[in-house]
Order: sequence, then C-alpha cells, then structure tokens
Amino acid sequence: MAGSTLASPSDEAMAPARAPASPGRETWRRFRRHRLALASVGVLAVLVAGVVFGGLLWPVAIDDIDFAAQLQGPSWDHPFGTDDLGQDLLARMIHGGRISLAVGFAAMAVASLIGVLVGALAGMSRRLLDPVLMWLTDLFLSLPQLPLLLLVIYLFRDSLKAVFGTQGGVFLMIVAVIGGLRWMPVARLVRAQFLTLREKEFVEAARSQGATTGHLVRRHILPNALGPVIVAASIEVSAAIIAESTLSFLGLGFPPDIPTWGRLLFDAKDHLDVAPHWALFPGGAIFLTVLSINFIGDGLRDALDPRRVL
Amino acid sequence: MGAYILRRLLIAIPSLLGISLILFTVLALAPGDPFGELASNPNVPPEVRAALRVKFGLDDPIFTRYLHWLTAMLHGDWGFSFASRVNVDALILQRLPTTLFIVGSSQVLALLIAVPVGLYAARRPYSLADQVANTLAFVGFSLPTFFTGLLFILLFSIKLGWLPFVYQADLPGSGLPWVWANIRQAIMPVAVLGFFQAASYTRYVRASALDVARLDYVTTARAKGLSEGTVTRRHIARNALIPVVTLVALQIPAVFGGAIVTEQIFRIPGIGSLLIDAMLANDTPVVMAVTFVFAGLVILFNLVADLLYGWLDPRIALR
Repeated sequence: MAGSTLASPSDEAMAPARAPASPGRETWRRFRRHRLALASVGVLAVLVAGVVFGGLLWPVAIDDIDFAAQLQGPSWDHPFGTDDLGQDLLARMIHGGRISLAVGFAAMAVASLIGVLVGALAGMSRRLLDPVLMWLTDLFLSLPQLPLLLLVIYLFRDSLKAVFGTQGGVFLMIVAVIGGLRWMPVARLVRAQFLTLREKEFVEAARSQGATTGHLVRRHILPNALGPVIVAASIEVSAAIIAESTLSFLGLGFPPDIPTWGRLLFDAKDHLDVAPHWALFPGGAIFLTVLSINFIGDGLRDALDPRRVL
Repeated sequence: MGAYILRRLLIAIPSLLGISLILFTVLALAPGDPFGELASNPNVPPEVRAALRVKFGLDDPIFTRYLHWLTAMLHGDWGFSFASRVNVDALILQRLPTTLFIVGSSQVLALLIAVPVGLYAARRPYSLADQVANTLAFVGFSLPTFFTGLLFILLFSIKLGWLPFVYQADLPGSGLPWVWANIRQAIMPVAVLGFFQAASYTRYVRASALDVARLDYVTTARAKGLSEGTVTRRHIARNALIPVVTLVALQIPAVFGGAIVTEQIFRIPGIGSLLIDAMLANDTPVVMAVTFVFAGLVILFNLVADLLYGWLDPRIALR
C-alpha cells in the first residue's frame, strides 16, 4: 500500500499487542475514535430521551388553546413559545417528535428488511432471478421518489384512514411507502456482499459438510454481510425522517392534530415574520437529529470496516 | 459511438415502460371509482351506467386498460384538468420551463462549488481544510431543503429585506432591470437547491480525486516536474470527474424532489408546485401526468448522463 492514500488516517505507532477483544468491544473501540460520531450519540440520546420522557417533565396539553398567549416567543411559561392558537410548542414538539422519530426507525426497518430479502435472493440465485431482481432495483432507483410518494399518499389516504383511523392509517402508510421506496441501496449492498461471501472457503467448507442453503445464509453469509447493511440502515433513518418531514411540510403527511416536526414547520411558514421561533425550534430539531444520525453512520462506517486501520 | 447511443436508447425504453407500469398499477389499485357518483345517483338508470362503463372501457381486462392508457399518454392525450379547465399538456408545458431553469441553474451552482472544493480537499487529505470541507458537507446535506428555504426567507427577506420571497414567472418590464429582477428572485431558490446538492457532490469529487491521485500516471506527471496546480487541474481533475457524472445522474430523482419542496416554499409556478396544488384540489389527471413527466425527466437525464459518460470515457462506449 506504499504511496497510496488510505481511506482513513492510520495509526502511526502500532499499539502494543493486546488480548483479542470481542467483535462488539472492538467495534466500540474503533467507533470511539470518531469524536463527532461519539458526540452525536450523546445528542441523539438526549433528543430521544426528550421526546420519550419529555411528556413526564412537561405535562402540558398539546391542544390547550389560549388566545391570550398567541404567537408568543420563548418565555418561562412556554419555553419554546406558542403558535397562532396559543398552544404550547414545547409540548407539541415532544409529542410530534415521537412520531417523527418512530417513522424514521420504522421505515428504516421496512427498507432494510425488503433490501436484505431482495439482495439475499439475488445474491444466492445463479439463474434468472438475479438479473430480474437487479433490473427491478435499478428501475426503482430511477423512480422519482418524492412525486411517487406523494402520488401513493394522494390515492390511498382516505381508504386507509377509514380502516385504521387517522393516526394509525397515516402512520402505517407513510412507513410502508417510505420503506417501500428506499430499500434499493441495501439490496445492492447485500447482493454484492453475498456474491463475494458465497465463494469463500468457510462457506464452501460448511457446504461440503452438508449445510442447506438456508443454513448457509443464516449462519455464515448473512452475519458476515451485516456491517455495510448497518451503516446503510443508519443513513436510512435520517433519510426517512427527512422524507416524512417533507411530506408533512407539503401539507400531505400527518394531519394538524398530529404535530410532527415537519407539520409544525408547515404551519409556521406563513407566520415567519412575527413568530420565527415557531419554525426555528422544529427545524432545528430535524436538523440536529439528521446530522447526528449521519455522523453516527459515518462513525459506524469507520468502525465496521475491518480493512481500515484505526 | 453510434452503436453505444443506440444501445443506451434501447435500454431507456424498458425503464420507461417499467415506470409507466408501476404508475398504472398504483392508479389501478387505488380505491375509488370514477363512476362512483353515478352509481349513487337514482336518476341514472343502470343500463346507462353499464353502457358508459363499456364505452370508457372500465370493465376491460387490466392489460387492455394499461395499453389504452399508455397509447393515450404517448399520443400526448393527457386529459383535461378538472381544476383549471385546460388541457393537461398545455398546463405542464407552460410550467415546465420555470422548473428546468431553477433545477438547471442550481445544478450549475452545485458543481461550481463542489468541484473546486472537492479537488482542494483531496489535495491534502485529513488536513484542516479537508476536515472543514467534510464537516460543512455533512451539515449541508443534513439541512433539509425546506428548512434552509425558511431560514433564507427569514434572513434575507424578512430581517434584511434584500430579496423577494415570492417568485413571479411573468414579471412585467423589459431590459436590464427586468433581467436583474429575474435574477434577484431566483437567487434564493437556486441557492437552497444548489447548496444541498453541492454538499453531496463535494464528497463524491473528493473521493473520486483521491482514487485517481494514487495512480501511476499522476506520479509520472509529478516526476516530470509539473507544478501541483497543473497536476491537479490537467491530470487528476479530468479523470476524477468522469465517475462523478454517474453519481450526479443517480442524484437526479432527489434533485427533482428538492425542486418540488423549493417551488412550494418560494411559490414558484413550476411543475412541482403544480403537482402539490393538483393534489390539494383532487385533480387526478394533472397528478398522474406530472408524476409521469417527472419520471420521464429522470430517465431522460439518466440517458444524457450515460451518453456524456461514453463521450468522456471512450473505453465505456467501446465495450
């Protein structure tokens, strides 16, 4: 590797021989070196704890209308100010943030599940299935995502609301649609990993001992392919949070009684001149969440890639 | 090269068909019957309803309906907007130039930022400048366009009063003041979209330049005594930018997504805001047509990127 530029800064002095650490601890040791990623874990933990337990510390109703306190800036009574109906913004952000974050993680789970399934099928097949699935993946990659997201929500919104109720219906639909349109990067990664791993000696050894394909995939190939998938999945969370906020910001996501951060921005955008705080707090929350998740993904990329010297 | 162009064109056709199939499936699966209102109207006898259904082919097998729909789309027969009482194709053609202008200028801006910054960052990897560029890029693509848009309006329109925040496609006037007014109103939307794209492009350029910088011919160029600037500009940049073309093409769906948001924030009368308005007004023909146009644009620009790639790197075209 002389003369080459390493993908990451290398350790100048090799550390003295250590007892081999467990994979989890080794990953953590490498992850800790990425200072921004480490700080991001703290920021994200505070945000998650804030939306999960914030309701206990700040038990204010999210729909308490108070016309005497319209569009007020931050104060002791309302730390994040109030909106045009005098509703407390901190309480609304705590409540809506739960939905925003839940959508992010749930959509990531959907996307990863579909992606791993498609990628594994394509990676293990030796016949027609692989080219067909990859053609489908490329097709989905060239779809205009946001217009399609909007189209599906536009066409299916009312009937889903009727079946699952407003909150449940919209939540299920948004998670399914975002997840269903974002599985492609994971599928490609998994397929690429499978193609190399399935020819490795240890897989061949297991096969020669009579392991079935299912066993090979579950016990030998998939666990070794998970590193890049975890990195891609962490980026999926932030992409899904942005996608949900975008939908709500366009007025086509969650209804006004479910104040997700994007929905708060949608309501705030016509009052920017008198109540900038109304837009700044939810927007800042989205930004901080997405930024910290992206940094964590970057840290994980460094930590999980065994070829990098850290 | 001719064979290469032909091959690429032939690959684009199945993608277009595939996308049209997906769009049609979504539409066909959607609940709701265009004749639902007629069914509940007691004044319409069942025979008439049945005759109408036959006439419009609603009971045909799904594949026949798809073919009908596809031929109509290809003939430019896109239907009639319920909301604005105009043919859909006229409506879209009237709004498309604005969108293309905004998207095009923002891409130019993004590349103007990303290429120099990315190349500079790659010259000394892990230096202070590189780390600053990297962190800024992270911040850039973590800031969603709708939030940057609002921040820009807050800062430049409301606090400073420098720029207008409502975009007018048909500004009155002529001559230089007219041109200036047009530029002024385009600055914020173009900057919002451009900065967001520049952030991801910077990372691509940097990674690609780092890949090229370690090749032997670069060492040769340095050994000949060429200055670092010449090596970067004439030897590294030229080859490093080729893969960036593909990565930019992969971003095109995201770019159009960003255009929808930006048009909505700055009230730009392009096809993105047309889509949102049509959805809020339940104007299904317009919604379908605009989605199809977005899909067509994505494929078209992917094709352009492919052809550009073949032209920049003849090895690809010969394969």
